[in-house]
Amino acid sequence: MTMMPATNPTSVAVLSGGISLEREVSLRSGGRVADALADRGHTVTRLDVDAELVKTLERGGFDLAFLALHGSAGEDGTIQSLLELIGLPYTGPDVLASSLAWNKPIAQGLYARAGLAVPARVTLSQQAFREMGATAAVDRVAEALGIPLVVKPATGGSSLGLAIVDDVGRLPQAIVGAFSYADAVLVEQFIAGTEVAVTVLDGEALPPVEIRPKEGAYDFAARYTAGATEFHAPARLDDAVTARCETAAVTAYGAIGARHLSRADLIVDPAGMPWLLELDTCPGMTVTSLVPLAAKAAGIAFGELCQRLVDLALRDGGGGGSSHRDDRRVGE
Amino acid sequence: MRLDTDPYLRRYAARVKGMSASEIRALFSVAARPEVVSFAGGMPATSALDMEAVERVVAGVIRDRGAEALQYGVGQGRGELRELLTEVMHHEGVPGHADDLVVTAGGQQALELVAKCFVDAGDVVLAEGPTYVGALGAFASHQADVHHVPMDSHGMQIDRLEDELARLARAGRRAKYLYTIPNHQNPAGVSMSVDRRHRLAALAEQHDLLILEDNPYGLLDFAGNTFPSILELVPDRVIYVGTVSKTFAPGVRIGWVLAPRPVRDKLILLREAGDLCPSSLTQMIVESWLSTQPWREQIKRFTEVYREKAEVMLGALHAEMPDGVHWTVPAGAFYVWLTLPHGMDTSDLLAKAISRRVAYVPGRGFYADGSGGAQARLCFSYPEVDRIHEGVVRLGELLHEELQLVRAVFGDHAPEIQRRTTGQATGLGG
Repeated sequence: MTMMPATNPTSVAVLSGGISLEREVSLRSGGRVADALADRGHTVTRLDVDAELVKTLERGGFDLAFLALHGSAGEDGTIQSLLELIGLPYTGPDVLASSLAWNKPIAQGLYARAGLAVPARVTLSQQAFREMGATAAVDRVAEALGIPLVVKPATGGSSLGLAIVDDVGRLPQAIVGAFSYADAVLVEQFIAGTEVAVTVLDGEALPPVEIRPKEGAYDFAARYTAGATEFHAPARLDDAVTARCETAAVTAYGAIGARHLSRADLIVDPAGMPWLLELDTCPGMTVTSLVPLAAKAAGIAFGELCQRLVDLALRDGGGGGSSHRDDRRVGE
Repeated sequence: MRLDTDPYLRRYAARVKGMSASEIRALFSVAARPEVVSFAGGMPATSALDMEAVERVVAGVIRDRGAEALQYGVGQGRGELRELLTEVMHHEGVPGHADDLVVTAGGQQALELVAKCFVDAGDVVLAEGPTYVGALGAFASHQADVHHVPMDSHGMQIDRLEDELARLARAGRRAKYLYTIPNHQNPAGVSMSVDRRHRLAALAEQHDLLILEDNPYGLLDFAGNTFPSILELVPDRVIYVGTVSKTFAPGVRIGWVLAPRPVRDKLILLREAGDLCPSSLTQMIVESWLSTQPWREQIKRFTEVYREKAEVMLGALHAEMPDGVHWTVPAGAFYVWLTLPHGMDTSDLLAKAISRRVAYVPGRGFYADGSGGAQARLCFSYPEVDRIHEGVVRLGELLHEELQLVRAVFGDHAPEIQRRTTGQATGLGG
């Protein structure tokens, strides 16, 4: 590996691991980012989440925090709030954007308001079942949304707890399964089509990546087993459809007020219409992850991508994200 | 542009094609955090060893015979060690001669070597259901077709084995061998009754069946009882696997396999092809441990530790588990096998359990055929006693709530929950 001296070597804390269910994936992302930044001459410290984290960040003399923390605490605004309190710049969307995207039912409402196509959906909480007899309405879900249905936790990523239900009799089991990952589940209309992921880097779309699992669905195994999924970047779509996908991803990025980096997961239906499923504000950086593949297709090497994110974090500084500076000024 | 995340894909052998990333494995990364009470890993309580004695043993090996300990050895393993390992077998009443043994890197390597020796792609291997996950891994890496034989609280159901053998014969197939852990089985926590051992031996004669007898836990009976090995009942039909992982320490990676002479010869050649020879250093550490230290006393100490932990876990299960949950009652070793009511899935539930800072191994891992969804293995050997209690309390709270949730979501289709009458289930589910 060639060592490229950074123009401005910085001290970077790469945060990964944590006690979220995506710990393993996060450690893989963090390891890869840390190696890439070290190869570029930065001083890199890898940090896991523990009771000393805030002290370590305060006293470590870091210039910024690179967030590779997937799952709750890393993506729901928790770590972002702490970093803003400490005044340490960090990569990725700010507190508000992170917490909006984390809650899929709220985020999908915002995307729909911004004019994007999102699947018809119902959110069901555990409370609705425990205290309000929601089970009596479960049959209506299939009537309203059709079969098959997609059942997934209302928060979280990596396809954990996701099930595609093509027999209404299996719906209760899928709902119980998704409740293992979140207090609410999202039951969605199944959109058939081509899976596409669009990375937005500093407000601009990178080439869409087409996802073709070799067998079955794009589930956890298909995501993280190298070779289990075939990717095409740019996606094999005609120019008009590609442009629609890119616009959808940039619109969604704007709808939650994201900054730096996000990844939109879309389905392109046979008519060429992109449906927005969700936005990931701390997307995976592993060798099988979509963002590094999109960057590669755009001619941006992985190390360069990490460098861009470092530069963006330093540009926006500590104590608040670029998209909400106005709000902050009001408060000052 | 087509992007390959694994450019080596076209070159792989067929045996690695089924190997993939798994959600469960990813969740174990969280289970290893100190906040989590982990009943997941089957780890011995190595802290119960006399570390000063271990230090003297290790230092002595280097001081007195360092050059030899750091040199290559022979593929079969050191003769002195093999003699001492037969003493460990004799302590349990299992017959064996040093020359019939091959020293392996733990029992696991023995299982892998035996699979390599006998299994071609698609060959049938019979195993208890549930069975040891590491054995399933060894079988899978040689593309075995694993057929499970159900168990109950007296171990493998021999009637069902007989049915399976007849089914195979009708289909014109033969099992290459039967894999069994007769004592304090991993993961079921039960032992095969003496009567069934005799019936198994008779069946082996009748059907010309080869048996792979894996015995890591035989010396860890809480009451100090030992049972007849299958090896002594039908010596020509058994390949026997032992290990010092549970009686001394897994970190030295010393196990052994005892096999009929022609098989033994093949196993030596296979071992040499794989890694030349066992570590001389750790072989000599184990030799010194077995020849200079009171190892039988140490086994008693281990057993006492595990007996106490088992009592705590069983007491806590009795107090904390909701009706409809059943478990086995171990008389030795490390494990309790838990069965949840219909409608609950231990793979799905693991995420929630880990969020509550308690972990177990979901039952599916112990079957090659996808069953075991309602089961889980709880291992009590490693956590401290007060942590065991805390962990079962957390699990109990989770299962109480989950049962309510299942009833609420399933509504009128909610499964009937039978009240618990005894702590012990007869069938082990799957």
